[in-house]
Amino acid sequence: MSNARNNILARLRGAPRPDISAIGEGAAECPVWDLEERIRRFTDRMTAVRAEVIETSPANWIAALQALCEKKGARNLLYSAASPFGEAISRQPPVAHPVTTDLESVRWKATLFHEIDAALTSTLGGIAETGTLMLWPDAHEPRLMSLVPPLHIAILEEGKLFNTFAEAVAAMQWSNGMPTNALLISGPSKSADIEQTLAYGVHGPKELVVLLIRN
Amino acid sequence: MQTTDTGFDIRIRDALGNERVRGNFRRAMDGLMQRRLDLFPDAEAMESLRQQGMRIKASALSRLPELLEELEAKLTESGIRVHWAETPLEANRIVLDIMQSHGATSMIKGKSMVSEEMGLNEYLIERGIDVLESDLGEFILQLAGEPPSHIVAPAIHKDRYQIAELFREKFPDIPYSEDIDELTQSARTILRDRFETAEVGLSGVNFAVAETGTLCLVENEGNGRMSTTVPPVHIAVTGIEKVVGRLEEIPPLLTLLTRSATGQPVTTYFNMISSPRKPGEKDGPEEVHLVLLDNGRSEIYSDPELLATLRCIRCGACMNHCPVYTRIGGHAYGTVYPGPIGTIFEPQKGGLASYGDLTTASSLCGACGEVCPVRIPIPNLINRLRYEGNHKEGRVPGSGSKRKKSEAVIWKAWSLLHRNPLLYRMMTRTVTRLRMLAPGKAGPWTRYRTAPKPAARSLHDLARTHGVNDE
Repeated sequence: MSNARNNILARLRGAPRPDISAIGEGAAECPVWDLEERIRRFTDRMTAVRAEVIETSPANWIAALQALCEKKGARNLLYSAASPFGEAISRQPPVAHPVTTDLESVRWKATLFHEIDAALTSTLGGIAETGTLMLWPDAHEPRLMSLVPPLHIAILEEGKLFNTFAEAVAAMQWSNGMPTNALLISGPSKSADIEQTLAYGVHGPKELVVLLIRN
Repeated sequence: MQTTDTGFDIRIRDALGNERVRGNFRRAMDGLMQRRLDLFPDAEAMESLRQQGMRIKASALSRLPELLEELEAKLTESGIRVHWAETPLEANRIVLDIMQSHGATSMIKGKSMVSEEMGLNEYLIERGIDVLESDLGEFILQLAGEPPSHIVAPAIHKDRYQIAELFREKFPDIPYSEDIDELTQSARTILRDRFETAEVGLSGVNFAVAETGTLCLVENEGNGRMSTTVPPVHIAVTGIEKVVGRLEEIPPLLTLLTRSATGQPVTTYFNMISSPRKPGEKDGPEEVHLVLLDNGRSEIYSDPELLATLRCIRCGACMNHCPVYTRIGGHAYGTVYPGPIGTIFEPQKGGLASYGDLTTASSLCGACGEVCPVRIPIPNLINRLRYEGNHKEGRVPGSGSKRKKSEAVIWKAWSLLHRNPLLYRMMTRTVTRLRMLAPGKAGPWTRYRTAPKPAARSLHDLARTHGVNDE
């Protein structure tokens, strides 16, 4: 195995060093929009791929969440009590059977695959250009929350809505250290593998709803 | 079409005769080209972005050995185990060893072209491992026992009726449907259980970031996230050319990839993996492995011109825009990578003797080079490989193997005639006088065309008659 490593590296080092001096620089566009425009673009992109964006406020989001769960027929909701929104949910459960993520590890997978109708996660921020949510899952809001249940509800605060992915990576200095898993999510799961025709809800959530909290 | 012994011309004839497959490709490629165009409304901005993509990949290649070492160090530091393989067989053995060390007998796969290159499925299945493809297109193809015909949309040659028929045959218990949503939901139901119970998940890698030790995966369905998150062990396989230096280089590459591939501003999921499960985390694999495959890439690397092949980010735009690919489809190529990128990559990897014929599958119209997001000069490289096929002193394995004695003699005579004025005049005089003796058949050329007949008078002759001094 280490032979393979040495052989490959030796062949690469033995080759003439590629000269890139003649290759000019190029640059991606970096649009800058005001907040209203960012929200408009984010919402347009999200709804174009059948995600829903519900604008709400710090005072009303829990009521909006409750109405949403009712509308979608979610019997339960998986959430993290330790998240910035967890305390409010624990105080005013929006569904009959709230489930917190601090259940034991051994039961985690089976619970997600067989019992949970909807999961709510916070987000690190959003991207206006592409209609994207950024998530850094952790011990409290694990990776499968935004993947396995049929309905994913994500909370996005308007102040965390960036113009582009490039801007977000630079502003939050992602290169200083990445988490176990970082995710960009831009809509519910979909596929065009049959006749290039879009079908939703392939392996991940069938529905994605963003609660956009405006100040 | 010249007759060869590799069967390429036979596969082409079969493909051209299959109207259903031709129709499926035509519809899909037209749609993909239009969607890409819709997302690049500003030509100048597109060119600047392509230039950036080219620069990023070229600059990564210029530091390839260093970046690979940096990537290895970073990944190792965060607990991801790195393996190196010179050949597909070595890579397969590494994967099997990892599985056996866990006593694992089942694998769920996200889409990976490198695993196709390795022939991983056949290798594992022969050794008793239960391997299941989970990308919808790949799942359909595994049921059908066929290889992918497109690197991004693998089952694009099939229509819904063929897929419905396949599902009826393989899953008689599921009610028959020709509805795309219902077919998709059936696949979801079938695969859900398998995700939950699989012991090992396998994926490819779209970009590997050396600076942060991050493996990036681009997808829409969520099967890639499932395969890399649910099973206790995740194995990623990738070619050594996928590494880039810095994280800030990822956003432009991602934009180029998704817009060029499927005309999407971004895919549903962009999955960035930088470590196995950490203490306290509830999910994610406890073990993550990366297998770095060479398989001829380090040889390609040694040629300053052919090196551009390694910039490829596997978007498939070259095949979507190729008039030859659109008509003959992916299977006719008979290789893992079809279309223009396959035409340049496969002969370099597997030698011109076996794959040199692929370079004839091009009209050199230039569309592939114009749409390539990292500006690989594919037509130039096709020309280079055609040349090497006919010249022994080339650098690609099997160079000179396409040389035909009769062709070589003809070109030598042609060159001699055109260098010597006296001989040239004698030739034109003879040919114009004996024009009625010109053969009516000229091999494959006259299968669909009339044979060329020399004119009664040469151009020199005509010019002189009109008083033009041609000396």
